[in-house]
Amino acid sequence: MASRQNPKPMTIDEGSVHIDPAVNKLKRILEGKPEPDFLPGEYIGNYTTIYNMCIQKPPHDQSQELYDKYGGIFEDYAKHTVLPSIMEKHDEYMLRELSRRWDINKIMVRWLSRFFFYLDRYFTVRRSLPSLTEVGMTSFRDHVYNNVHFNVKQVIIALVHKEREGQQIDRALLKNVLDLFVENGMGSIKRYEDDFEDFFLQESASYYSRRSSRWIQEDSCPEYMIKAEESLKKEKERVAHYLHSGTEPKLVDIVQTHLLVLVAKQLLEKENSGCSALLRDDKTDDLSRMYRLYHAIPKGLEPVAAAFRLHVTAEGNALIKQAEDAATSGSVEEQVLVRKIIDLHDKYMAYVMDCFQNDTLFHKALKEAFEIFCNKKVAGSSSAELLATFCDNLFRKAGNDKSNDDSTIESTIDNVVKLLDYISDKDLFVEFYRKKLARRLLFGRFNDDHERSILTKLKGQFGGQFTSKMEGMVTDMQLAKDHQTGFEEHIKNLPKGVDFTVTVLTTGFWPSYKTSDLNLPVEMVNCIESFKAYYAIKTNHKRLMWIYSLGTCNLTGRFDSKPIELIVSTYQAAVLCAFNNTDILTYQELLEQVNLSHEDLVRVLHSLSCAKYKFLNKQPASKTISKTDTFEFNSKFTDKMRRIKVCMRKFKKKKKEKTKLIMIVVKQVPLPPVDDRKKVVEDVDKDRRYAIDASLVRIMKSRKVLPHQQLVSECVEQLSRMFKPDIKMIKKRIEDLITRDYLERDTENPSTFKYVA
Amino acid sequence: MPRTASKTTRKRSKPYTVTSSDTDHVPSASSKTKKSSKENDEKYKLFNKYANTSSGVIDPEGIEKLCSKLKVSHTDIKILMLAWKMKSERQGYFTKAEWRRALKALKVDTTKKLKKALPELEKEVRKPLNFADFYAYAFRYCLTDERQNCIDIETICQLLDMVLGSTFRDQVDHFVDYLKIQNDYKVSTMDQWMGFYRFCNEISFPDMTNYSLELAWPLILDNFFEWMREKQA
Repeated sequence: MASRQNPKPMTIDEGSVHIDPAVNKLKRILEGKPEPDFLPGEYIGNYTTIYNMCIQKPPHDQSQELYDKYGGIFEDYAKHTVLPSIMEKHDEYMLRELSRRWDINKIMVRWLSRFFFYLDRYFTVRRSLPSLTEVGMTSFRDHVYNNVHFNVKQVIIALVHKEREGQQIDRALLKNVLDLFVENGMGSIKRYEDDFEDFFLQESASYYSRRSSRWIQEDSCPEYMIKAEESLKKEKERVAHYLHSGTEPKLVDIVQTHLLVLVAKQLLEKENSGCSALLRDDKTDDLSRMYRLYHAIPKGLEPVAAAFRLHVTAEGNALIKQAEDAATSGSVEEQVLVRKIIDLHDKYMAYVMDCFQNDTLFHKALKEAFEIFCNKKVAGSSSAELLATFCDNLFRKAGNDKSNDDSTIESTIDNVVKLLDYISDKDLFVEFYRKKLARRLLFGRFNDDHERSILTKLKGQFGGQFTSKMEGMVTDMQLAKDHQTGFEEHIKNLPKGVDFTVTVLTTGFWPSYKTSDLNLPVEMVNCIESFKAYYAIKTNHKRLMWIYSLGTCNLTGRFDSKPIELIVSTYQAAVLCAFNNTDILTYQELLEQVNLSHEDLVRVLHSLSCAKYKFLNKQPASKTISKTDTFEFNSKFTDKMRRIKVCMRKFKKKKKEKTKLIMIVVKQVPLPPVDDRKKVVEDVDKDRRYAIDASLVRIMKSRKVLPHQQLVSECVEQLSRMFKPDIKMIKKRIEDLITRDYLERDTENPSTFKYVA
Repeated sequence: MPRTASKTTRKRSKPYTVTSSDTDHVPSASSKTKKSSKENDEKYKLFNKYANTSSGVIDPEGIEKLCSKLKVSHTDIKILMLAWKMKSERQGYFTKAEWRRALKALKVDTTKKLKKALPELEKEVRKPLNFADFYAYAFRYCLTDERQNCIDIETICQLLDMVLGSTFRDQVDHFVDYLKIQNDYKVSTMDQWMGFYRFCNEISFPDMTNYSLELAWPLILDNFFEWMREKQA
């Protein structure tokens, strides 16, 4: 041994004499052969040998040679021992051997790099060479890993397949081997990905593709979904146990794609068990599962929402068709239909809230579905009209039907407001509702609370302008009562005339009614005059317009056998009272005296002489009224009833004095329903034209210049709260505005409009 | 006598004018006036040949006479083009100023020369820039009342035939067929009139593949389009 002061330079060969045995000893230890451990002295000795060789002054510095030797040790070992030992094995055994060898290698690197440590302190650093650890690991990679990874990968994939088929495998082993793949990437995940993951994903894809093909044929939708859910769960577990975490999203994506996305249509549309069937049969668990599964996939819910919408639309359309088929003589049973639609809405809204987790996609699908069938006409009636009729009947019967208590009515009102949201012709609804409201207020009993309640809710949903007229109408009724009390007070001290009730309405709120120049019997004229006087005292600047077509009278007919009280309209009363003074009158005489139009007079006379009760005898006694007829009071008339209400169709004759007269101004005798509907639609159309005009002018005034398409779409948007404007109508209004010089086409670009100030 | 350079500012009061329609003259006291007045003389002589002596304008009768002299029918587009050149304001009547304007522009002063100038005039009018102006003019010319701004369908059919018939025969025939059977419109506005013209220029016919109901075409053309499609189906 050379002394410290004057060491004799050691050559690499001389050094190897010391090093080689140590290396072999290490190998034997690592391979599990019986071999005593290194003593501390031995360890230090090895280290020192190398140290000395490194610090020898050049040209005796052996660093390079040592470095090469170090590398050589690994290479040699890898090529001649490690690799063969792995290659001679198969399947799982190969994996085990690989894993073992890998562990050995790691330890060997650790030990040898300690022996050769001094190289790392100066040599590798100064020369920018790979460190000892790197060399050791690279050697394994280059000489072992690169040669075996392909086969290893095949084995792993086969094992995974086994596990997928239900068998147990050694997960820990796989984890080790796959960690090995990762670590051989030397900091990059690329080796793992290229050498294993890509193949694995491919294999998984085809596996699940085969699976899904089989399952989709054999299983029902719920069964399939359960299997899909299971598969996803298992794959995630697999990742947790032995795959690299980065594989998870890719694997999940593949499983979802093959099990759920590619077969979505088939799955959802499965007859008897698909989305439709589940919805129909209330299978909330399965629907929730469906939501969970598809929610995880980007845009995955779209086919589900589409299937949902289709189903709801089909159900809705079926209800409409049912109602159409059931409609007899053109009248629809709207009570039944609307209730069914409300129930449908509740049912499917429940699904949206529970199973579909209140997802906006499903809210939207529900809305779209309802908008489709709620806007269909049923046997000629629009949905707006049906809904208005429904409300009308609801409120009319409210008093009578004990089962309809307040809270039921309230919830029904809520539902009506919801349904109205889906109807595009909201302005049409308002018109029909207003007409019927008028009848309710004037002729029937109405419940102030209910009426106000629905108006408040409508106002909340659609704005004040929506309900302003109707609110005015309801308020009018209250004011009318006040007026009446005031009036009665006023005439208390005057000589007793006929009992007389007046309802004063504000024009503008109420639908428009025809007036006529009816010649009233003198007793009624006095009442009118006295009310006029009272009203003039009470208010200034307000003109009263009397609408006799809506009044009713109670007359007593003094017939031979017994007096009978008759409840008739004012028109009928006027005609009957004409016979107070003379028994016989011709049509012409009546016409002159009463001053009704031909149309009205014919109707009145018909109801009094050709219908069920004949108060007047007609000459000739045909079934229709002609202008040459003569009428005579039928004193022989009698009936078992003491009180008869006469509809316009059937007029009963009334004769002689009236002792009592109750007239309610502004009360409407029902017109035949078809004419009514046509008029409402016409009125609404007219209002729409004005609304479109106003909207177009408003838009152009603020924008000054706007292309056609934008103008149209902004107009539609502005008006959408009340109705869906017809594009053709908008175009027509635009042309009209051009003719009236509000707008002009741009000369350069004729599809752009300019506002003309 | 030196010839005057420009003839464009020759507006002078004429001692022998019957009407006050040429008050747009600016008197110029150059020696050219004599020569110019002589030239104008010719035009006015010509004018007087056709004019109604009491009203001082050429009235429909006079125009008929003119037409027969020119050997064109009074429904010929060339007369309309002449009116356009004159900037005539009232259908069926030519004032003295209008007459002079046209003849000066055409550089003619006899009926024979006028006749010869008509084909040239037509060529000029048919230039795209001029034709659009002429087309719009044709509509305005037919308006009989100051407050009126639309023309009845019957007249429109005739006008279409006259103005566009030679260049867009196919379209005009179909338009006219449609206009006769439709009931939505009893009169036509300027906007619709111009719309026809743009249609003929921009839309391939009869396939109409580049037409769309979404665009800003007048509604009458939308209806025409749908009617055509129905026929073609």
